[in-house]
Amino acid sequence: MTHDVTEPAAAASGHATSDARRTGAVRRAPGGPAGTGSAGPNRRGDDWRKRLEILVFVTPALALIALFVAWPIVTAVRFSVYDWKGFGDLTDFVGLENYAEVLGDEVFRSAVGHNMVIVVGSILLQLPLGVAIALLLNRKMRGQGLLRTIIFVPYVLAEVIAAVVWLQLLQPQYGFIDAVTAQIGLTPPEQGWLGTPEYALWIVLLVLTWKYLGLAVLLFLAGMQGVSEELHEAAQLDGASWWQTQWRITIPLLGPTMRTWAFLSMIGSIQCFDMIWVLTQGGPADATATMATYLIDEGTKRHNYGIAGAASVILFVIAFAMALAYQVLILRRDTQDDTQRYTRAESALFGALSRKRKAA
Amino acid sequence: MAGVTLDPLAETGNGSGGSLPKRRRAGSGGGNLWVYLIALIVVAITVGPVLYGAMGGFRTNAQLADKPAGLPDPWVWSNYAGVLSNPSFWQYALNSTMIAIITTVVTVVFGLMAAYPLARYQFRGREALFMVFVLGLLFPAAVAIIPLFIIITRNLHMANTWWGVALPQAAFALPMTVVILRPFLMALPKELEEAALIDGAGRISVFWRVLMPLSAPGMITVGVLAFVTSWNAYLLPLLLLQDQMRTLPLGVADFSTEHSADTAGVLAFTTLAMIPALVLFLAFQRRLVSGLQGAVKG
Repeated sequence: MTHDVTEPAAAASGHATSDARRTGAVRRAPGGPAGTGSAGPNRRGDDWRKRLEILVFVTPALALIALFVAWPIVTAVRFSVYDWKGFGDLTDFVGLENYAEVLGDEVFRSAVGHNMVIVVGSILLQLPLGVAIALLLNRKMRGQGLLRTIIFVPYVLAEVIAAVVWLQLLQPQYGFIDAVTAQIGLTPPEQGWLGTPEYALWIVLLVLTWKYLGLAVLLFLAGMQGVSEELHEAAQLDGASWWQTQWRITIPLLGPTMRTWAFLSMIGSIQCFDMIWVLTQGGPADATATMATYLIDEGTKRHNYGIAGAASVILFVIAFAMALAYQVLILRRDTQDDTQRYTRAESALFGALSRKRKAA
Repeated sequence: MAGVTLDPLAETGNGSGGSLPKRRRAGSGGGNLWVYLIALIVVAITVGPVLYGAMGGFRTNAQLADKPAGLPDPWVWSNYAGVLSNPSFWQYALNSTMIAIITTVVTVVFGLMAAYPLARYQFRGREALFMVFVLGLLFPAAVAIIPLFIIITRNLHMANTWWGVALPQAAFALPMTVVILRPFLMALPKELEEAALIDGAGRISVFWRVLMPLSAPGMITVGVLAFVTSWNAYLLPLLLLQDQMRTLPLGVADFSTEHSADTAGVLAFTTLAMIPALVLFLAFQRRLVSGLQGAVKG
């Protein structure tokens, strides 16, 4: 259907462009002596119109964000300095006491530790595995398209659904995993893998890896497609083996993709909730509690809204600090290139504009 | 960090490859067997749990307890039939669908509207306005979730409604949508819009008649992302929806705790609940994939 619309219009646009350029030039040169006749008096009206149009286009999105993102976040900060159990007005101002309580809480501190284990563990597991599988899938082989589809399936499933399936697999004694471990001669723990505090977090990490590896593979594959064939061919002509070509050319050129992926993975790990809530509810004995499960627990089960607010703010500060540090320390290399390109484009644009202005 | 891990790897590559020029042939010919073997293992681990769930739905609980790793013998249809004849399942599916549709439409329309002036108009504060959306990416939903729950319940009285879940979801999806759509719109040729403007069309009608049809591919990408994210969402529905208003993920989680003894039933319920997302993904695979990749590059 879009075809019908575009085709004749595209044909017509050939005519239109020259007109458009002419009027565009006139509009862009309002101060110039040539433009005063027609564009000058209308300029104010045009400006107002433009502002109104921008407002019409942008307001719905901004209003929604203000209402459902900004307002709640401001409210979280407000909650964090009051002792509030969910009824009456916010009257019991306690200053930073909630923060002190959260930071002094052994459960919260271990939750931050668990978040860090998930952040680091996800990257350490998924980076090498993801690169290896992407390299494998990047080779010309039969069934490649199907393989790529299959590897991405876990990522598309809801975390909750994946968690419920794994919950069945990991059932103590009767589950598939316990049956397999028993068969190869190991004794699975009596409380089940998820029921044993020493194992639970690592099992959660493995399930998360299963769930999110597909995304890493997909992004790495896309990055590899950006590496030009010619480089590979040149390397092969020089007698480099397949492995050498990968280590020396593909993987180094994948750097920016890997760094961006790691950033996304980090941000996801820091707010990890769904999977854990279904698998363990943060247990056993808070062994898998994360900052998100902690604040949901405090907010919905105990109605300690002040504590939940303080925990939210701390979660945000940690996430923000990590994002900032990562941006400054690691991503800067990539974005530097971009900003250079950007400023180059900007200066080219300005150059073109000023030239046009002079011409007019 | 990536740089640190890369260097030693580069050296091992150098050591093993340099001594064996013959290996190239082996790598492209005989090595294929290994490649397929590894691929097979990867596939087994990836889809194994999903297939186990689907197969488990065809077994009885006795079969599952007797041989956790076995195949259905005989095949049992009653688990799936039980779920499909359960009115709650259909109610959850309806709720999930409606919430996902509202979320998607609001996200796509408002997102495209916001991206349009950011891509096409020249005005002071344009980059600052764009930064508002970029900053929106930085706020994890978990940070706002408890106050959001209170605001929607008490101030807006929208708890336990489709809109009460869909609108906040759209709000959280909008920053990513605008960040993806803006460069997409910038890459569209300006000539058509300019031609329409010269023909006397207003900006607003240019937006609806020219820009919307042209940006269909971009809209599908962000639309599928918004739909799947909403379909899979758990945290916000968990806090806001009860009883007959619950979505499928909530239904699955609750069913699995309420019927924890009925493993086969849980597996059947879970398998049926994952089908829509899988079908949608297969239908729009290209769009979804390019959207995710674009988000990383953008």
